[in-house]
Amino acid sequence: MAQLTFREAIARGIAQEMRRDESVLMIGEDIGAAGGVFKGTVGLFEEFGGIRVRDTPISEQAILGAAMGAAMTGLRPIAEIMFSDFFAVCWDIVVNEIAKSRYMTNGQMTFPLVIRSGNGGGLRFGAQHSQSVENWAMQVPGLKVVVPSNALDVIGLMAAAVRDPDPVIFLEAKALYATKMEVPDGEIVDTLGSAKVVRKGSSATIVTIGAMVPRSLAAAEELAAQGIDCTVVDVRSLIPLDTQTILREVSATGRLFTVEENPRVLGWGAEISSIVAEELFYDLDGPIVRITTPHIPLPAADALEDMAIPSVSRIVEEISRSMNG
Amino acid sequence: MTISSLDLDAKLGLYRSQVELRQFEKRAYDLFLENYVKGTSHLSLGQEAIAAGFAAAMREDDYTFATYRGHAHTLARGVPMTGVLAELMGRTNGLMAGKGGSMHLTSVEHGVMGSYAIIGAHLPIACGAAWSAQYRGSGQVAVCFFGDGTTNIGAFHEALNFAAIWKLPVVFVCENNLWMEYTRTSEITAVEHPAADRASAYGLESIIVDGNDVDAVFEVAKKAIDRARAGEGPSMIEAKTYRQAGHSRADPGKYRPDEEVAEWLAKDPIPMYHARLLAEGATEAQLSEIDRAVAAMVDLATEEAKAGETPGADLLMKDVWADGGSAWRN
Ligand SMILES: Cc1ncc(C[n+]2csc(CCOP(=O)(O)OP(=O)(O)O)c2C)c(N)n1
Repeated sequence: MAQLTFREAIARGIAQEMRRDESVLMIGEDIGAAGGVFKGTVGLFEEFGGIRVRDTPISEQAILGAAMGAAMTGLRPIAEIMFSDFFAVCWDIVVNEIAKSRYMTNGQMTFPLVIRSGNGGGLRFGAQHSQSVENWAMQVPGLKVVVPSNALDVIGLMAAAVRDPDPVIFLEAKALYATKMEVPDGEIVDTLGSAKVVRKGSSATIVTIGAMVPRSLAAAEELAAQGIDCTVVDVRSLIPLDTQTILREVSATGRLFTVEENPRVLGWGAEISSIVAEELFYDLDGPIVRITTPHIPLPAADALEDMAIPSVSRIVEEISRSMNG
Repeated sequence: MTISSLDLDAKLGLYRSQVELRQFEKRAYDLFLENYVKGTSHLSLGQEAIAAGFAAAMREDDYTFATYRGHAHTLARGVPMTGVLAELMGRTNGLMAGKGGSMHLTSVEHGVMGSYAIIGAHLPIACGAAWSAQYRGSGQVAVCFFGDGTTNIGAFHEALNFAAIWKLPVVFVCENNLWMEYTRTSEITAVEHPAADRASAYGLESIIVDGNDVDAVFEVAKKAIDRARAGEGPSMIEAKTYRQAGHSRADPGKYRPDEEVAEWLAKDPIPMYHARLLAEGATEAQLSEIDRAVAAMVDLATEEAKAGETPGADLLMKDVWADGGSAWRN
């Protein structure tokens, strides 16, 4: 066992896979000797050298194009896009090239690659370095989308993503990089498409991901004091989506709350709400409520950013109001 | 004119390859007019020498990256005509069973690593394949074809810098046919030679070749590919040529001055090469035998493609994922 931060878990997960498989390579801006702007790749350059852990120019299209070309010819690249907001400058490679090419070529090509990226707010970086883009990725047929919420899951899901034969967008909540937990020694491999029930309750079910998981858990503790006992489901991977676990946990309590960091319109919670509404309508005891960031670009000031992103108190308030309404 | 190192047999091969591409494209156009080829298609009529010359200089396991104007580059790597024509016609015996269409021809088993229809996107992807070859030590080279208009998009510049700093085994080939779609490239480009004048910005030699002279193309291709294979890094070649037909579909290309079209028709690569081969000892009978054999080949491919089946619903939901399916939830 070792205390590990979320950011250290990223390097550990990658190192675990690079040791196992020589075809795993890592590229990105400042990821080599510098260890990444979020220090997510510290130690990799020293262990695996500059050929396997390679710094790139500020060329996001080239980074992802290179990952795609390498994946289609037998390697398993991991590419870093420093901030997920920057996907906007290379989204063509993700959406039109990587995601569509297997289908278009009738299965002639596979793309076993991982694109990792710092995602979301909480760091007061302002609108161009803070957005949660998991719903962008989720909307694209052909992409798998993983959003871990703790160090242990980071390692296991990174391993699963690297071993997966399909392209995986791996979104790391920047707000969680410094969080710590006990992590067992030895190889850790998880599975994509498996949600985790991280708290079991009887009154309502909160479905959430990433940085909103610890907030939802804290909110659940406060709600318990009010007599509202919540189940919390950490979805972990949006595609593939573990609908079975979500449906089971929502039908057990009869209520669904989604807690989402993304701006409201077409956030991933809307898709889950729609699945639940279609398949579980008669088991519901009240309306589905989505707790999200409003449909605004994120402001920089700490006071404003804290108002925008769902906070523990807002989650408590909205759930309590709805449950008592 | 470049003195070619090829013997007459090899040159007859280059002649045949160009004739195949020419006759194929003419047939594709006819089938488009007859509504067998739906959607769109972009022909390489007039540009065949580039595809033929490069393919002849490539090793069997080298990689081709093409654009939506990619029929010629696909066929030149030895991909059977029937598969290409059937793909254009949306049949199950098409290269991708109709799921890709004219703009996305791919045949991994022939090293044709895709045809890409977002301008410039495939230059970074070709870098990736070259990076992979470099890492694996396989000696493979990636050859990436694109148009003159493509030199003004960001991905072009990102890819060139990337290839240069990592000394990647990739050869970038700009087929400068003077026009992007309906705009003359010189009117919207800061330099006279859209690729060659940019080469020095990335530490590369400025190389221009007569893209209508297959021998010259072959020589310059061989040099660049050998260089890349030897670990000496990327090259960029600008091949001057002309698109004899319109940009796509049934575009008559009326925006081009008649004199310009006439001037370039007079420089048509195939009659030019025909004359050269006669001067170098080939016989008229040899060459017309090639023309005749290719015509028969195109007819047969047309029949086979037309006989292909219309894809069914089984294909619709197939191959989003590597497991062959399309499930995104359990
Ligand atoms: C990013 C992008 N912008 C615009 C287009 C539309 N488009 C298709 S072909 C083309 C012209 C390209 O010209 P060039 O690179 O010279 O190639 P050519 O067609 O002459 O072979 C354009 C603008 C596109 N496919 N992708």
